[in-house]
Amino acid sequence: MVIVTPIRIKSVVTIRANPEDFVNGQPRFAQSPRIIHAGRQRSSGPPGFSSIGNRLTVPPMNAPSTNVIEVQGLTKRYGDVLAVDDISFFAPAGETIGLLGGNGAGKTTTIAMLLGLLLPTAGSIRVLGHDMRRDRFAALARMNFSSPYVSLPARLTVRENLRVYGHLYNVRHIDQRIARLAEELDLGELLDRPAGQLSAGQKTRVALAKSLINRPELLLLDEPTASLDPDVGDLVRTWLERYRAETGCAILLASHNMAEVERLCSHVLMMKRGRIVDRGSPQDLLDRYGRDDLEEVFLDIARDRRTSRDTGTARQTVPA
Amino acid sequence: MTGSARRIWGMMYRHLALYRRSWPRLLELAYWPVLGMCIWGFTASFLTGRLGAGAAVAVSALLGGVLLWEVCLRSQMGMAISFLEELWSRNLGHVFVSPLRPWELVAALIGMSFIRMMLGVTPAITLAWVFYAFNLFALGPVLVLFFMNLMIMGWWVALGVVSLILRHGAGAEPLAWSVLFGLAPFSAVFYPVSVLPASVRPIALALPSAHVFEGMRGILLDGVIQWHHLVWAFGLNAIWLGLATMLFAWQFHQARVRGALLSIGE
Repeated sequence: MVIVTPIRIKSVVTIRANPEDFVNGQPRFAQSPRIIHAGRQRSSGPPGFSSIGNRLTVPPMNAPSTNVIEVQGLTKRYGDVLAVDDISFFAPAGETIGLLGGNGAGKTTTIAMLLGLLLPTAGSIRVLGHDMRRDRFAALARMNFSSPYVSLPARLTVRENLRVYGHLYNVRHIDQRIARLAEELDLGELLDRPAGQLSAGQKTRVALAKSLINRPELLLLDEPTASLDPDVGDLVRTWLERYRAETGCAILLASHNMAEVERLCSHVLMMKRGRIVDRGSPQDLLDRYGRDDLEEVFLDIARDRRTSRDTGTARQTVPA
Repeated sequence: MTGSARRIWGMMYRHLALYRRSWPRLLELAYWPVLGMCIWGFTASFLTGRLGAGAAVAVSALLGGVLLWEVCLRSQMGMAISFLEELWSRNLGHVFVSPLRPWELVAALIGMSFIRMMLGVTPAITLAWVFYAFNLFALGPVLVLFFMNLMIMGWWVALGVVSLILRHGAGAEPLAWSVLFGLAPFSAVFYPVSVLPASVRPIALALPSAHVFEGMRGILLDGVIQWHHLVWAFGLNAIWLGLATMLFAWQFHQARVRGALLSIGE
């Protein structure tokens, strides 16, 4: 049974949890709007949850939430294809959440809905307190996104590209901000080179600089260290850890690099066929599956070949 | 600068930075208008030489038509191609997840369309004046109204093209170059609407361009400003622009439902 113990909340009400309180491994938020999870999570539990005691802890309805992302009952259907199937999760400030899953698991669709690129079929998304269906531009100004699969204009120099996005995100003192990012991400020599002439690793660093131009409070990263050599990859990971620690930014990280996920993420959401099939801290997942690294856990889930010790079934690894 | 103005400027800066270091793109802006002016200018010279001074007024109408049609054509292409530049650079994913509102994107495209049109048409106007003794500005201040109507027509046609690209992806790209040529026969650029078959005239009269060219000929041939044609042109532009805006808004919404914004360039 999943247990909830948010911290950093002023007052709580404690109730007993029943199996009926969960849908797809999630509390029935839609059905029970009073169940709101606030505050920073302990690293030993999934977003919005920790595994101590057999309780659901419910703050009052009007309690302030520090969750940067609040996803409830999110569903996306393309005709007969259910790309994302009724998922719910939270991402608190200052945490890095890993979104893992094989190809077609629904990660990209989920991220696209979080970015407002895609309208959900059902469910709700709140980012930084803004409803993404009605007020997405207020949220978009405070978040950013990086993916090696989305390019920057190749003929513009790195500096020009960063200026463009500085204007789009209404960044003050753009040139100072660019200089700072260039220094921190070691882009100084690249600033006046066309983006199209950079190596794959350099492009990834530039894309990261673009995603940080507005000092985002939420960063959505799709394979941020793809194409980077181990040295630069480590530099980027270190920089992300520092940025998160200094700013309290929340990061949602989609990656197939399990070592990276283990290092950066406090919580992991495992997706398969559009559903979140398991979740927890990396250590929780390792313990639960009796494995030594997340890659093995990933394969266990992807191939249905082992069971979670918590639930006894691989297909149903979260309470239902 | 307000947030909206900065975002619009940001998108325009992106294109201006591109043109600054891409001389083939800059050259291309003026290439076709100048080429067209050369061909029609020599044709006009030939006709004037053969038919005498009596043909001069008709030749003026011909050259005026060529130049004003370029205003419409370059406005439409300027806007549609500026959007396609984002598609080609696979940058739309970044643009659409920024705080840039769709209307701000459209405003930036209109700004770039105006700049591109001016850069393209100005050399052709100069060429007509220097080599063929045709001064477009002889039309008087009303020329500004003609320009405005033709630019607005170019914008709503381009908005329709952008909407179709949102709907059909890169497959709709060729429309950016071809769609306005399809409207040229109905626009009565070189001949009056009365020349067209009766069944086709309603189509022509539903286009603002036909009224602009009728108005232009009224000035060049009769020395009279036919204000009713201008009123019709503005009115029709308002209607078509409204319809194109609704189409764009609908297709943008549908693109978000279908996930087309994720794969629009593929």
